[in-house]
Formats: sequence, structure tokens, C-alpha cells
Amino acid sequence: MGMTIGEKILAAKNKKKYVEPGELIIADVDIVLANDITAPLAIKEFKNAGAKKVFDRKKIVLVPDHFTPNKDIKSAEQAKILRDFAYEQKLTHYFEQGQAGIEHVLLPEKGIVVPGDLVIGADSHTCTYGALGAFATGVGSTDVAFAMMTGKAWFKVPSTIKFIYKGKLNKWVYSKDLILFTIGDIGVDGALYKVMEFSGPVIEKLSMDARMTISNMAIEAGGKAGLIEVDDITLKYVKGRAERKWKIFKSDRDAKYEKIIEYDCEKIEPQVAMPHLPENTKPVSKLEKVSIDQSVIGSCTNGRIEDLRIAAKIFKGKNVNSRVRCIILPGTQNVYLQALKEGLVEIFIKSGCVMSPPTCGPCLGGHMGILAKGEVAISTTNRNFVGRMGHPESFVYLASPAVAAASAVAGRIISPEDL
Amino acid sequence: MQIRGKAWKFGDDIDTDAIIPARYLNTSDPFELAKHCMEDADKTFIQKVKKGDIIVAGKNFGCGSSREHAPVAIKYAGVSCVIAKDFARIFFRNAFNIGLLIFESEEASQKINEGDEIEIDIKKGIIKNLTKNEEYKVKPIPEFMQELVAAGGLINYAKQKFSIK
Repeated sequence: MGMTIGEKILAAKNKKKYVEPGELIIADVDIVLANDITAPLAIKEFKNAGAKKVFDRKKIVLVPDHFTPNKDIKSAEQAKILRDFAYEQKLTHYFEQGQAGIEHVLLPEKGIVVPGDLVIGADSHTCTYGALGAFATGVGSTDVAFAMMTGKAWFKVPSTIKFIYKGKLNKWVYSKDLILFTIGDIGVDGALYKVMEFSGPVIEKLSMDARMTISNMAIEAGGKAGLIEVDDITLKYVKGRAERKWKIFKSDRDAKYEKIIEYDCEKIEPQVAMPHLPENTKPVSKLEKVSIDQSVIGSCTNGRIEDLRIAAKIFKGKNVNSRVRCIILPGTQNVYLQALKEGLVEIFIKSGCVMSPPTCGPCLGGHMGILAKGEVAISTTNRNFVGRMGHPESFVYLASPAVAAASAVAGRIISPEDL
Repeated sequence: MQIRGKAWKFGDDIDTDAIIPARYLNTSDPFELAKHCMEDADKTFIQKVKKGDIIVAGKNFGCGSSREHAPVAIKYAGVSCVIAKDFARIFFRNAFNIGLLIFESEEASQKINEGDEIEIDIKKGIIKNLTKNEEYKVKPIPEFMQELVAAGGLINYAKQKFSIK
């Protein structure tokens, strides 16, 4: 019987011809990733086990990105654990401030993840690399410790749900709207333990930046991975930056899907996910008046150059509402530099936005834009749980960079159409 | 092995930010994390919970981030196990990896009320509600996960099965 992309990658990494959903396997991993929150626990477990050396110093990636530049003494101590370990183990992929950025923007950009890889990361948004045709999934710190010692991880082979996006995108509708709409449709546990395979004519036309936004949020539907088949757009992105040889896996025609869901994109308007779950979606046009205190544009979901171009186009010649703080978070140093070269940074600053260094920062209520009690934010990030961006009684609405930029100007949540 | 404790009820989709808010993640000290266990779901939980007590929740418990700090905070708060209709997948694997007992039971998730006295026979896979005099079935734990539990978590499993350098 045929297999899906996800099944094929897991089979290959388990040196098998065939795997089926439900099977428990221990597979070889290509990249093991952790950050300044999750790596310290992993390093502690690694040392507790009596391990002295990582299995392969080229395959462990450590990125301090959550509370960096270090927000307080405790965070500085955490980041130091990564740095010391990276030097002690002579890791080739440790990224210090200045070379770094948000891990899930950084790894594809540097060519560290390539198509066909099996990647585990102690960060739930590791699923972003599914856009490159890699099986990438979030795990915990102990999984990372185990993988640093053995080069392996355990998996239950998941079944796959196929999503087909048909038709054409409406004006002001972006990949963020597609994934928010999808999560709104199937719910935050709609793909629990499953692979989401994104396909169809609309996906085929999206750029890599846009595809990564979709795969990034597979976890918000409970998904284990968010895969997109490799095509010419993927290969064009990968060529010239890939560190290793890649392998292309495609789903067989007779692959077995648990479900196939089709969407007519012509019916999808710009979306917003209301507090306090990403599944609480609504078309922006159906939202009652919501005034905002803050707009956050960036993150591992929407912090790539294309996202900043979309936002800048809206800000050009306009001002951020005087009652709104608008924070721009470029995904990496490289994205920041590119935005500078293209004049986007000048547009942002002239409009009254504040430029943040690349960091996860406010997305998880870390630093660089925390909400006070009762405050409301529109954000291009991925989660709007209770207390996610600060005070437990603050409110986060999720949307695309276009909606977040237009709302920053208007002082309330609006569609760019109405600006 | 038997577990006995009082039930604390939570709803559906309890996320890892509610279990341990990110503002406390600048440390990985388990006892420090435990002080804020469930804080954004129930501010007073940590004052009320007693050693051996049980968390009973609805669907998709532990959704959101991959932070292992979530099951760690629950474990070090003295909670003996979590019963839910089902668990988000990263939380599920983290719990087994660090040796926090979790049980999937739709029946128990629905029928147990806050404050009920619960006893669990792990071997038989039965949850007893001593207050209501009811019994609920537990979804069987896959064989590999049982091996992990028996070994005392993933790191001990690694020590037993692999040569660690």
C-alpha cells in the first residue's frame, strides 16, 4: 500500500521499507534543536545520565532566542548554560546574539534543515520545517537529552490528514489567514497526534516564507507535523543554502489518509483568532469594535522578509495610532538587514513603530512588549492563551501582518480594506 | 502500585501557559516551577493541593508549548497523576519521559467531581471513585510506554538500552 510523505520519512529514518500509523519506532534524527528555555533542562538530563559527549557535534543546534538579549539575571544564567555546553562539546551550530534570531526563521535560512530530514526540537513550533518537506516535530527536553546521547528519538507513526486549498486567494488574504481558518474549522485538537499535509493549487503558488507560516501553526491544531510536498519553489529556496544533501519524498497516489478536507479559498476572508484559543476564529469583517493597545508584527510565524514587506506597504505614509504601541520583530539578523536595505525599517520608524531585536520576546510573554491588566493586542504570533503575552487578564487577537499593521494605524482591529 | 488522592477538576484545552506561565521559565529548578503550578488556570491551586492529589481534566490537556517544565511543575507540586479525556501529544510524551503518571479516561474525566476521593490501581488499569462508589476504565498504556515507566523514564531507559559515551 502507498505511503504519505510523513510515513516515508519515518520509514527511511528507521531503515525500513514500510511503516504504518500506530506503530512505535525508534528512528535516527538529522537535527536536534533546543533553545534557552528548553536546553538547560536537556543539558541537565544529559549530564545526569553520565553522558560525556554528544553523538554528533554537527547535528545539535542550540539557539538562545526566547529571553534574549538576556532579560534578567536568571535568564542570563540559563543562556550561559547553553553557551558553556556548546563550547565544551564544540558544537558547530550554536548561534550567539548578533548571528542569531528566532530559531524557526534561522534554521531554514541557514540551510541547516533540508528536505527529507527528520528533525526534533524542544520547541513546539519545530513543525515549521514541514514547509521544506522535512518531518519536523516538537518534543520535550528529555527527548533532546536522549537524542543528544543516542542520535535517536521514539515516535508513534501518526496518521495523516490531507488539506487541499482550491481556488484563488482574495485580496488581503495571506497564508496566515488560511491556517487560522483551518484551525478555526477543525479546532485546537482537530489534528491531535496527526500529520497535516497541506496541498492544492493555492499552496503550490505560495512562497517559502508564506508556506512556513502555515506549517508553523500545525501544532495549534494539535498536529505532530505540517508537511508540504517539495516542488520547484522549495528547491529554489534550498539551493545555495543547504548544508547537506537533501532527499525528496512525495506521497503515493494510493497513500492512505485518515481524512481529506478541501477548502474553497475564494470563501476565505482575512481572519482573526479571538482570545483565548487559536480556534476562536472569525472573519475580521464580522468582528465587533475591538480597540487595541499594542500590535506585534513578527515571530517564528510571521517574522520573515515577506511579512515585513506586507506590513511596510500598509504603514507607508501613515502613522501608528497615538494610543497604540507597535512592535516589529524581525525573525533574524539577516531579515533585519534585508528590511534595512529595502527601506522597510525607515518606513516602520517614520510611522512610529518600535524595532525589536530578533527574539521570541512578547509572543510568550517573555519581554519586549508585555501587556498590562486589561490590555488588548493584535499579534501575528501563534498563540492567544490566557496570559500568553503578559497579565492573565490581558487579551491577544491573532491575525496576519496586514491586519496587524492596519489595526495599528486605526487603533482598533480592522481589515486593510477599510483603512 | 496504588495511588490515592483528592481530585482537582479543570476544563478542556488546559494549555502549558496555564500550567506554568512563561514568565516563570527563567529557571529550570523543579521546586521553583512547582510554586506556580496551574497558576493561570487557578491562582489558589498551589495553596490547596496536597501531596498525592490528582488533577482531573477534559480534552487536550497540556496543549501548546513543548515546555517539559509543565509536567515537571505538576510532578513537583506533589500531584500523583493526571487523568484527562485525552492529552496533547508533546505533553503526553513529556509526562512519560519524566515519569509523571497520566491516564486517559473519558468516563473518569466526565464523572469525577472536584473533591472526590480517587484510588487508582495502575496494574489493573482501574480508577475507583471512593466518594461516589464508581469504577472507570483507563485506556491501556502502549507497551513501549510501560517499558519507559518501568525503567523510570527515558533517561534510565537510555542507560539500560544504549551505550552512553
